[in-house]
Amino acid sequence: MTGWRAWLLDPAPRSPLQARLGQAWLGWLRLSRNPLALIGLLIIVALLVAAALAPLLATHDPYVQNLAGRLQPPLSPDHWLGTDEFGRDIWSRLVYGARITLYIVALVTVTAPVVGLIIGTVSGYFGGIVDTVLMRLTDIFLAFPRLILALAFVAALGPGVENAVLAIALTAWPPYARVARAETLTVRGADYIAAIRLQGAGSGRIIFGHVAPMCLPSVIVRVTLDMAGIILTAAGLGFLGLGAQPPLPEWGLMISSGRKFLFEQWWVATMPGLAIFIVSLGFNLLGDGLRDVLDPRGSSK
Amino acid sequence: MTDTASIPRRNGSSAALRLGWRAAKLVLTLAITFLGLLAITFVIGRVIPIDPVLAVLGERATAAQYDAAREAMGLNDPIWVQFALYVRDALDGNFGTSLMTARPVLEDVTRVFPATLELATIATILGVIFGVPAGVIAATKPGSLTDQLVRLIGLMGYSMPVFWLGLMGLLVFYGELGWVGGPGRLDTTYEFMYELDVPTRTGMILIDTALAGQWEIFANAFSHIVLPASVLGYYSMAYISRMTRSFMIDQLGQEYVTTARVKGMPEWRVVWVHALRNVLVPLITVIALSYANLLEGSVLTETVFAWPGLGLYITNALFSADMAAVMGGTIVVGSAFILLNMLSDLLYRLVDPRARS
Repeated sequence: MTGWRAWLLDPAPRSPLQARLGQAWLGWLRLSRNPLALIGLLIIVALLVAAALAPLLATHDPYVQNLAGRLQPPLSPDHWLGTDEFGRDIWSRLVYGARITLYIVALVTVTAPVVGLIIGTVSGYFGGIVDTVLMRLTDIFLAFPRLILALAFVAALGPGVENAVLAIALTAWPPYARVARAETLTVRGADYIAAIRLQGAGSGRIIFGHVAPMCLPSVIVRVTLDMAGIILTAAGLGFLGLGAQPPLPEWGLMISSGRKFLFEQWWVATMPGLAIFIVSLGFNLLGDGLRDVLDPRGSSK
Repeated sequence: MTDTASIPRRNGSSAALRLGWRAAKLVLTLAITFLGLLAITFVIGRVIPIDPVLAVLGERATAAQYDAAREAMGLNDPIWVQFALYVRDALDGNFGTSLMTARPVLEDVTRVFPATLELATIATILGVIFGVPAGVIAATKPGSLTDQLVRLIGLMGYSMPVFWLGLMGLLVFYGELGWVGGPGRLDTTYEFMYELDVPTRTGMILIDTALAGQWEIFANAFSHIVLPASVLGYYSMAYISRMTRSFMIDQLGQEYVTTARVKGMPEWRVVWVHALRNVLVPLITVIALSYANLLEGSVLTETVFAWPGLGLYITNALFSADMAAVMGGTIVVGSAFILLNMLSDLLYRLVDPRARS
């Protein structure tokens, strides 16, 4: 066993950092035993690389039209995934589309879970009437069909990537609030919380400094499992013409424009769908694996 | 939804009283949730950057006409009065008039809803027929190749955009192979026959044609519904098989299963009769939930298959800026969703004695 591994697995860690890194290392070991989760991780890494290095990976400009070379089939000499109805290279558009997908996922995952975390911890910490009101609100949102609600929101706000994100976030927070509240209820009565309270800490400081961090792991697992759903909803909004607008290379939008040529030029609609499928599958595989690592009890579910 | 811990326990209260209390609580929850739905659509309707007065009068109205119309529409009233009127209208089934069809929204919605219901029902039936056995088989040998296969098929269902799967289905089974009917509920020629010869009883073509004995139209309608129903059914199957597997694994670990095995009962009887019977109870909830999700999933599927149901109605209304129709449709789908959720909750309590106490 090499030095750094021994340091990581030290049964008596000398600093919180060492203990935390040790836990992370053990988690990684458990995750790496699950081949499907590793495949998922690989897909996500590939997505990140594609988004970061899009200008290098793309063979053409994703926006430049070439009407002379429109609707060329895959494996053409210059376009290995073919071209769309404006002669734009589909591979290049897919690569740049990875940026939009990541952008949407990132925006939703920094908004919805935060809202859910605040509502859930406040609700669980104070209890009583606050809890009743907030949880009833959560139940109301949970009882709604998400896509329909997002549709109605976008209808009101107008189409566009940011509005689609807002609509998805507005409909995505309730499950996180539920999870955070459940976690809060289990730590609320803990001795260390009582100790902080006796030291004179205010409710705000207790909730955000000491309760919310305890809820984070469960919320993170939930977010990873939801990412595929976020991608699919965003693509659905794009497909309906309510998300990203042309000429952005958003994958759902690309499927929608390829629909007109489905029977003659099948690749225009097929390729972006494959991209969505692979990326969602990656998030699902990774999320499943992460849940097994962080919550072994729920692994059979 | 309702946690039993918050129900007050009264000493010596009769069972009837407790049942009444629970029913009242359920009705109250239902009412609050429904009010919440209306509040959301109301707020959305108010933040839309479309002036409702101009939408009615047109751009050329004079200032005096404008003010009069504004007053008549109640837009000068306090916001809570407006909301109260909105709720009263909704309870009367008055969702306004659709700009697209120039008919009351409620009339439109009741006309298109059967198409969605027909599609979602057949999809759910497919999901149950394939999902339950797949989940049971996967649970009998966790970790086996079959189990992994079922899990992978389920994960693929969770990862595929429904509209893309629909397009691919059309491409292969309609475009290339010609095995199924194309978009729409019927071929155009049959559409006329259906209008002329088949009395509308339920609005569901398969049932109406069967009742009228029009088997030729029935066959055509069937060839059209097979593909969209299979696409939606796949998602339903992914969800149902996953849940069945986890319920079944729980049951197979119970002691009564060991007892049955020790008594020498054949394994198939242990799994498919004893354990499955106990799994059916939580499965009811899952199936109801999946049914509710299909009503929603139909928005995208109906767009792909040009299926003239509620989903297509809402999206078409959206692009005609027909907000009355959008909100009316949203309220109807939302209400159906809420009711199905409640119903599954209720059913669960009714069937499972443990949830009752």
